[in-house]
Amino acid sequence: MAQAARKKTQGRGLLLQALALLIVVLILGLIIHNTVLNLEARGIASGFGFLSQPAGFDLAFHLLPYDETTTFGQLFIIALLNTLLVSAIGVVFASLLGLLVALARLSQNPLIRLLGTIYVETLRNIPLLLQLFFWYFAVLRNLPGPRESLEFFGVVYLNNRGLSIPFPMEPAAAFYIALALILGLIVGHYLRQAAVKKRVEAGRFPAWHLLPYAIPVIFPLLTLLLLGQRWQISWPELQGFNFSGGLQLIPEFVSLVAALSLYTAAFVAEIVRAGILSVQKGQMEASEALGLTRLDTMRLVILPQALRVILPPLTSQYLNLVKNSSLAAAIAFPDLVLVFSGTAINITGQAVEIMAMVMMVYLLLSLSISAAMNRYQSKTLHYLGQRS
Amino acid sequence: MKSFWPSICGLSLLITSSWLQADTLDEVKKRGFLKCGVSQGLAGFSSPDKAGQWRGIDVDLCRGVAAATLGDANKVKYTSLSAKERFTALQSGEIDLLSRNTSWTIVRDTSLAVDFPGVLYYDGQGFMAPKKLNVKTLKDLNGATVCVNLGTTTELNLADYFRSQKMTYKLVAFEKNDEVVAAYDAGRCDVMSSDQSGLYADRTRLKKPEDHVILPEIISKEPLGPAVRHGDNRWGDIVRWTLFAMIEAEELKITSANVDQQKANSNPAVRRLLGMEGDLGKNLGLKADWALQVVKQVGSYQEIFERNLGANTPLKIARGQNALWRDGGLQYSMPFR
Repeated sequence: MAQAARKKTQGRGLLLQALALLIVVLILGLIIHNTVLNLEARGIASGFGFLSQPAGFDLAFHLLPYDETTTFGQLFIIALLNTLLVSAIGVVFASLLGLLVALARLSQNPLIRLLGTIYVETLRNIPLLLQLFFWYFAVLRNLPGPRESLEFFGVVYLNNRGLSIPFPMEPAAAFYIALALILGLIVGHYLRQAAVKKRVEAGRFPAWHLLPYAIPVIFPLLTLLLLGQRWQISWPELQGFNFSGGLQLIPEFVSLVAALSLYTAAFVAEIVRAGILSVQKGQMEASEALGLTRLDTMRLVILPQALRVILPPLTSQYLNLVKNSSLAAAIAFPDLVLVFSGTAINITGQAVEIMAMVMMVYLLLSLSISAAMNRYQSKTLHYLGQRS
Repeated sequence: MKSFWPSICGLSLLITSSWLQADTLDEVKKRGFLKCGVSQGLAGFSSPDKAGQWRGIDVDLCRGVAAATLGDANKVKYTSLSAKERFTALQSGEIDLLSRNTSWTIVRDTSLAVDFPGVLYYDGQGFMAPKKLNVKTLKDLNGATVCVNLGTTTELNLADYFRSQKMTYKLVAFEKNDEVVAAYDAGRCDVMSSDQSGLYADRTRLKKPEDHVILPEIISKEPLGPAVRHGDNRWGDIVRWTLFAMIEAEELKITSANVDQQKANSNPAVRRLLGMEGDLGKNLGLKADWALQVVKQVGSYQEIFERNLGANTPLKIARGQNALWRDGGLQYSMPFR
C-alpha cells in the first residue's frame, strides 16, 4: 500500500520535472524566435557567414601566423588561444604562489607570518581592475624607451615596449618542444605511479624506476634532435623604432599575467591554509613520531588530506581567473573579449552571433575546468578512502 | 507554487509581446524629451563641462533636433556610449539619435540597419607624434608602434595604409580613449592615430601638449555625422533637415542673435526657412517655426563650429573642408523649397 503511494508520488514528481523542463525549453525557444524576428524586422543581417571573411585589422600579440587574409573564423581561434595562454599561465603561477603564501602564513616565524598576512589582506581587498591598471601604467611609465633600454648580458632587453628575449626563429619549434615537455611529464607521471605500485608489491628498487624522472628531459631533447636545423635562435636587436628578432613579450601580456596571478594567489593562499588547518593535529604529530621530515609530512600526510577541503573552492578560483582574464580589454591585450566582442562586433555588426560564440567559449571553458577538477577530486578521495 | 502558473504566463507574454519600434517622432513627443547617444568624452564633439552639462558640436546637433521637434533645445537626455556599444544602443531603441563622431561607411549604412542623414564634420584619420621623434611624414613611421581606440574604422584604415605602403607597424588597441591617451603619454607607443579632430582634442589632455605634433597628412576619409535607425524615414528626414537648417542659416547669414530681426526680412528664402511662408514644417510633422527654433536656441552651423572647435576654443581647428561650399569647403545645404 505504502509502496503504491510512493510510486504515485514518484510518478507525479517525474511529471512535474518533465513539465518544468518543457517550460524552460519553450521559453528559450520563444526568446530565440523573438530575437530572430526582431533582427529581421530591423533589417539587421544575421548568420555566421562573416566568419569566412577576411578581418583586415592587426593584432599586437598572436601565437599563430597572422596576415591580411586571416578570416574572422581564424581570428576567433587566435584570440581564444591568447585567452587560454594567459589563463593557463595565470593558473600555474597563482597555484604555486598561493601555496607558498599559505605556508608562510602557517610558518612558526612571526615575520614570515606577518608578510604572508600583509600580502593576502592587501591584494584581496583591492579590486582587480585597479591592480591591473597599477601593473600596467605604474610599471610602464617608469621604464625607458626602446633606444635607452635596460640591458641584461646583451641578450635580454627591457623597455616600455616590452621584454625582448632570444627565441627560436620558428615559433613552431618552441611549441613542439613545449609539447614534448608536457607529454614527457604526463608519461613520466603514469610510469612513476606504475613503478611505485611495483615497488610496494616487490619491495625492491630496480634501476629502471629512475626512468620516469628522466623522461621529461629526454622527450624535449629528442625533439631538439629531430628539429635539427629548424632550431635556430634569433637574437633581439635594435632596428629603427624598436627591437626586432627574438620574442617580444608585450607589457600588456606581462601585466595581465602578473595581476591575475598575484590577485588570485591571495585567495588560493587562504583556501590552502584553511585546508591544511582542517587536518587534525594528531596527523602531524603521528607523522613526526614516525620520523618523517617536515617536508615529507606536508607532502605525504597533510596536503593529501587537506585536498578534500581545498579542491572545491580552488575550482571556483580557477574559474574566476579564466573569466577575469577578460579584463584584458582594459589594457589592450588582445584576448577573446577585446578582439572578438570588441573590434569584430564593430566591423561586422553581428552582435548576437559574436556574443553567443564568446559566451559559449567561457561556458565550455568553465565546464571543462570543473569537470577536470571534479575528476581529480574523486580520484584523490577514492585513493584516500582506500588508505584510511 | 500558487503563483507559479500565473508568473509563467506573464513571463511568456512579456517575451512574445514584440516591441517593434513605433514612429520615433510620436514617441519623442509623447515622452517629452529626446534620447541622444554621445561619446564618453571627446572635447569639442561631446564632453561634459565642469558643471556636468554636455557640450560640443555633436551635442548641439542633439539640441537642434530637440528644438525642432519639441520646441526646447534643453529637453535632451544624453547617454554616453563607447565606440563598440553605439550601434547596438541605436538598434535596440535605447536612443533615438546617435550623434557621436561616427563615420558614414557603406558597411554601416547597409548591414547595421542604421541610416546616416548627413555629414556634420568632414574629418580624416591622422597621426600625432612626439616632436623629439623627428617624424616629418608618414613614410618615417615604418616599424612604429601605434596606439588606437578599438572598435572604430581607425584599425582598418591603419592596416590598409601600412600594407599598401609595404610598411610594418605594431598595434595597441584600447577600449577607452582615456586609456589610449594615457598609454601614448606613458610612451607605450611611438605615435597615436585617430580622427584628426580627435587628436587635437586629445593633445590638450597630455602632460606637455606643446611637445607633440599632429602630422599634416591624413590616410582616410572620415565623414562624421549623426545616425538614426533604418526604416523610420520621417525621423531621418527631420535629423537631415535640422542639420541643413543650420547650414542654410549660415548661408543666409542668420544667427541666433539676429534671427528675430530676420523675421522682417523680405528675402523669400529666409521667410521659407523661418516658417513665415510655405509649410515646410508640415511635411516633416513639425511646427512651422521649427527651423527658427533651431537657429534661435542652438545657432547656425558657423556658430556651433566656432563655439566648440574654432579659434576661441582650446582645439583651434580651422574651418578647412568644413567651410561652406561657396568658401571652398564641402558644407552644402540642399535647397529649402
